Order: sequence, then C-alpha cells, then structure tokens
Amino acid sequence: MNYNIDINGYYGDFGGAFIPELLHPPVEELKKAFYEIKTDEGFKSNYLDLLKDYVGRPTPLYLAKRLSEKYKATIYLKREDLNHTGAHKINNTIGQILLAQKMGKTQIIAETGAGQHGVATATVCALMGLECKVFMGEVDIERQAPNVARMKMLGAEVIPAKSGSKTLKDATNEAIRYWINNPETYYIIGSVVGPHPYPEMVAYFQSIISEEIKSQLLEKTGNECPDAVIACVGGGSNAAGAFYHFLDEEVELIIAEAAGLGIDSGKSAATSILGTEGVIHGSKSLLMQTEGGQIVEPHSISAGLDYPGIGPLHAHLIKTKRAKVFAITDQEAIDAAFNLTKIEGIIPALESAHAFAVLDKMEIEKKTIVVNLSGRGDKDLATYMKYL
Amino acid sequence: MNRINQLFEEKEKNICSIFLTAGYPNLNDTAKTVFELEADGVDMVEIGMPFSDPLADGETIQASSLVALKNGMNIDLLFQQIVNIRTNSQIPIVLMGYFNPVFNYGLEKFLQKCERSGVDGLIIPDISLEEYEVNFKVVFDKYKVPLTFLFTPKTALERIRKIEKYSSTFIYFVSSASTTGKTGDFSEEQLSNFKEVQDLNLSVPVLMGFGIYNQSTFNTACKFFNGGIIGSAFIRSQTGNVPVKRFMDEILNPSKAVI
Repeated sequence: MNYNIDINGYYGDFGGAFIPELLHPPVEELKKAFYEIKTDEGFKSNYLDLLKDYVGRPTPLYLAKRLSEKYKATIYLKREDLNHTGAHKINNTIGQILLAQKMGKTQIIAETGAGQHGVATATVCALMGLECKVFMGEVDIERQAPNVARMKMLGAEVIPAKSGSKTLKDATNEAIRYWINNPETYYIIGSVVGPHPYPEMVAYFQSIISEEIKSQLLEKTGNECPDAVIACVGGGSNAAGAFYHFLDEEVELIIAEAAGLGIDSGKSAATSILGTEGVIHGSKSLLMQTEGGQIVEPHSISAGLDYPGIGPLHAHLIKTKRAKVFAITDQEAIDAAFNLTKIEGIIPALESAHAFAVLDKMEIEKKTIVVNLSGRGDKDLATYMKYL
Repeated sequence: MNRINQLFEEKEKNICSIFLTAGYPNLNDTAKTVFELEADGVDMVEIGMPFSDPLADGETIQASSLVALKNGMNIDLLFQQIVNIRTNSQIPIVLMGYFNPVFNYGLEKFLQKCERSGVDGLIIPDISLEEYEVNFKVVFDKYKVPLTFLFTPKTALERIRKIEKYSSTFIYFVSSASTTGKTGDFSEEQLSNFKEVQDLNLSVPVLMGFGIYNQSTFNTACKFFNGGIIGSAFIRSQTGNVPVKRFMDEILNPSKAVI
C-alpha cells in the first residue's frame, strides 16, 4: 500500500483541491514555493536551526517508568509539550513562516480553535516582524481568554468569526474568505487539512516528530521502531508527524479520536466513526455531516479535537486499515489526564490526554509503545479544576 | 436544445441573470420568486442550493443559506420545486451550490434528477478545473447538464482557454478577486481588465457576476459582456421586503422605477 500523496494531491481516495477559481492563483503559488523549499538545503538548515535554538528541539523521548509498570509495557512519551508555546503546533508555524518569508509575504493569517495554533502563529510572526491576523470563533474567544490575551500580547489581531456556529470550522471559513479577498496574504493552516498542498506540507513540517523518535529509540533500545505509536487526532497534525516515518514500517498506528459525551450521544467529534466521505475546507475526506450533506457541529471537551473533519492522510490510513481508531469520551480523557499527572508528574493537554486513554483500551502487555504527548495542560486548567 | 443555448441564440446582449437562494425567505417561495423574476424581465435564474459552509460567499448569501436550511430546504425538495416551476415556465435554470451536498446526494443521481426536472446548467464553484479534468469530466459528459466554470481577473490566459474549451453554455466571469456581495463602483483597473477579457473574443457567451448590484454596474457588465448576474443585492432586497418588481425595475427599467 502506498501512503504517499499522488501527483493530484490525493492520498488514495482523499485529498485534492476543491477550491473556487478565486483561490487557484495563491494555492498554485504556494505549491510551487513549497516544492522548491523541499529540496533546498539552505531552507532546511534555517528551519532546523530555529527548531533547535528557538523551539527547544529535539524534544525528549522519555521512558515513563511508572506508567510502564502500570500497563506492564514499555511506554515512551514524545515530549512535544516541552516545545516553546507548549505544543507541537510551532513545528509547523516555524516551517510555514520561513516559507512565507521566502515568498516575500508580509501579512499572515491563521485560524484557531482553542488558540494553540493562533499563539504559535502569533509567536513566529512576532519573531519575524510580520503582520498577523488570527481568525477565531466568537464562542471560542469567550472560552479561551488566556490564549486570546497571549495572541494580543504577541501583537496579533484576533478577528472574531461570527458566522455559522462561531467555532473552529467557522474560523477556518472566515480565514479562507479573507484569503479570497486578499490573495497576497499568506495563510498558515494549523493542521493537515485544507486544499493540496496543505495536508502534505503540514505533515512534512511535523514529520520532525517521528524523525526524532526513530533516532532516539534506536539510541535507547537498539531498535528504531516501537510496536505502536499512539496520537490524538482532531485535524491530525501531531499524529501525521508522529506516524510519518513509520508509515511503511511494521508499526501499529493508533488514532485517539474524541467521542465527546459518547459516540451515540449526538455530542461527539469522532469523525472516523460518525463521518462519511465528503468535502470540507477544500479537500475530500471523512467528515461529520447530515443526510443532506450539511456539515455538523462536533462536540469535544478538548477544543483542539472539536473539528467535524479529519485530514485526508488519516482518512486514507483509516480506510485502508493501516491505522486503528479508538474513540475516547470526555470522561475517559479526563481520567487519563489525572492518571498521567499523578504517576508521572506531567499535566497533559486535554487533546493529548485522549491518546493516553487508549492505553486502557488496547492490548499492550510487553509491547514498546510511543505516546505522542502533543501539548501541555496549562491552557486546560480551567477545565481540570472542575474535576479536582 | 438546452434552454441556455436557446436564450443566447435569441438574445445576445443584456442578459440578466438573478441568483436566488432556494427556500428563502420561506421554504416554498422558490417557484413564486422565479415566476415574478421572469415576469419582470429576467432572462435566466441561478437557484442556490443552500450549504452550511459556503466558502466563496459573503455574509448576505451565507445568512440566506442558513435561513433556507432552517426552513428545511434540501436537494430533493428543490427538484420538486423545479418540476413545479417547469409546469409554468421555460426560463433557463442554473443550479448553483457547493460540492459536498451534491457529492453526498450522489453526483450521478444528482445529474439524472437535474436532467429529468428541467435544470439547464450547474455552477459548483469548488469543483476546480483540475478536479473536473481528473475526476469528474467523465461523469458530466454522460449527462446534458453542463457545468459553468468561473474565471477571475487573476486567471491565466491558457487557463481561460481551457475553460472555454470545456464550456458549452456560458462562462462566468468574476469581476474581482473577492467573495460575493461587495458594493462600490468598478475601478479604472477593473474596467481595463474587463476590456482585455472582452478582447479575448471567447467563443462561448460570458456573463459577469460578483459586485453587480445596481443599474450602473449591471450596464457595465452588459457593455463588456453578454450580460450580468446579480446575487447578493437581490437577496438583500428580499430581506428588506422590497417587491421583486421594484428591484428589477431599478436595474432594467429605471424610467419606470419607483424611487
């Protein structure tokens, strides 16, 4: 099976570029620039230098001893939570801001749900001295006040998305609309979604995660491949990064999806289970939709997983059964977060907590497992406090 | 013969096409609105199939789509409404909508129903030229419901020529790189761009849309092209309870218009 993207931007049946003609010129310009930098050693060394000195990479691959004892397995945590700004999101924004600079762009836009990608974008814009506008649903602005403040302090303008359900899906719509009206701007998408080449590009910039896991694991165990890699998926950027260099290896790829209040509760974001094939935000994938093809508003306790679609790569991995999906409820994620905190002294982001909840659901005895700890939980304290 | 081709054979210039959202303002207004538009001199209608996430549309069309969806609008109901329209009218009908609801309905089933109910053409803005060539042309070629492509002032010439090759009814020229619903006069730069496009002498009729909202902008569309498409301005007039006749008179018969 081939897990690479084809010449038309498809992973198997999924992907492509379903965009109005208005977006053809800027998407084409982006595609050309991205393929140029992929083979540009100077670009790569700039990118890696910034990841090392500014972001703090490589992030540790930590053998979680007490967690391993509990599950009678060997469990490593890939510590993306230790990145600057607190999550994997910055791997992508560093890559894209360098690309934007190379393309001569001076204005940057981004969408954000919980605010992590917004903060990571505002951060790199401050670093490069570029103008930054972040679209954020009006509802999310209210419930994520600290991240809104961080973005503002970093000099970004936070623009409320007032259309539709006023959350991440609508922030993405608004960012795309702004891009149509201002095609000279550079749009930094935060996940492996959107029209080709975005899914490929974001996965590429996040692939540093699995590149490091391989060399770190080799050093620690003499074998570069674990038995399984577990990651949470909203759009799927941290999972794409954690899976990337294992796609063609004999490694189980495990996706933790947000089941919200439960798969059948009507309040869920379990796209691969509840979703069907369709087109969202410019690519063909799996998405949650009504019988008439209207996009459904998802629910998850974690704003980062609260998205009605999934990246086309993941849709392909799921359809071809290369990846296995576990649906994790809000409560299971909370329990996993408290468990990790108590026995390892690490407060995970609510998104990442979904990945840890999988440990209770799959057969892992005696296996070597890597869990991608995609972000830290500081931003989720208000939620965690309700369960103390 | 396809009703759109028929229209352009009978009337080459000053074609007025109006966009309306199906099921707006009320669920069963679609047919009534089409009849009124036709009586007031409109040559062709574009009926919008509402979608929850219309990427290329501004606030006006988004809001009308949301209302229509709340009213219970869906594709099957729309086909019933079109059958109803066809009992009284032969006005060319173009359906406009985003790809997801169509894909969800089943593209082939959708095209069959379009043929049977009397739809003359389709505008699906997020089926890009590339997707059409690689994945969908082979399906569209089986049915008599041609796709109308959009091009913009930023579209490269070779691409326009390709669009021309794939078009059999008319081509939709987007006046400026923007979402729908913008108002204001056309700039000098836009006007000179319109002239450039006019001078391409495309072999297929061209209608201009986006930013056509009054008599003056409509006349500009007619000066350079075969006619104009009005969308958001019409929806705004419906929202403001302006009678259809009054709105159309202001565009087409300003001497008769009640100011």
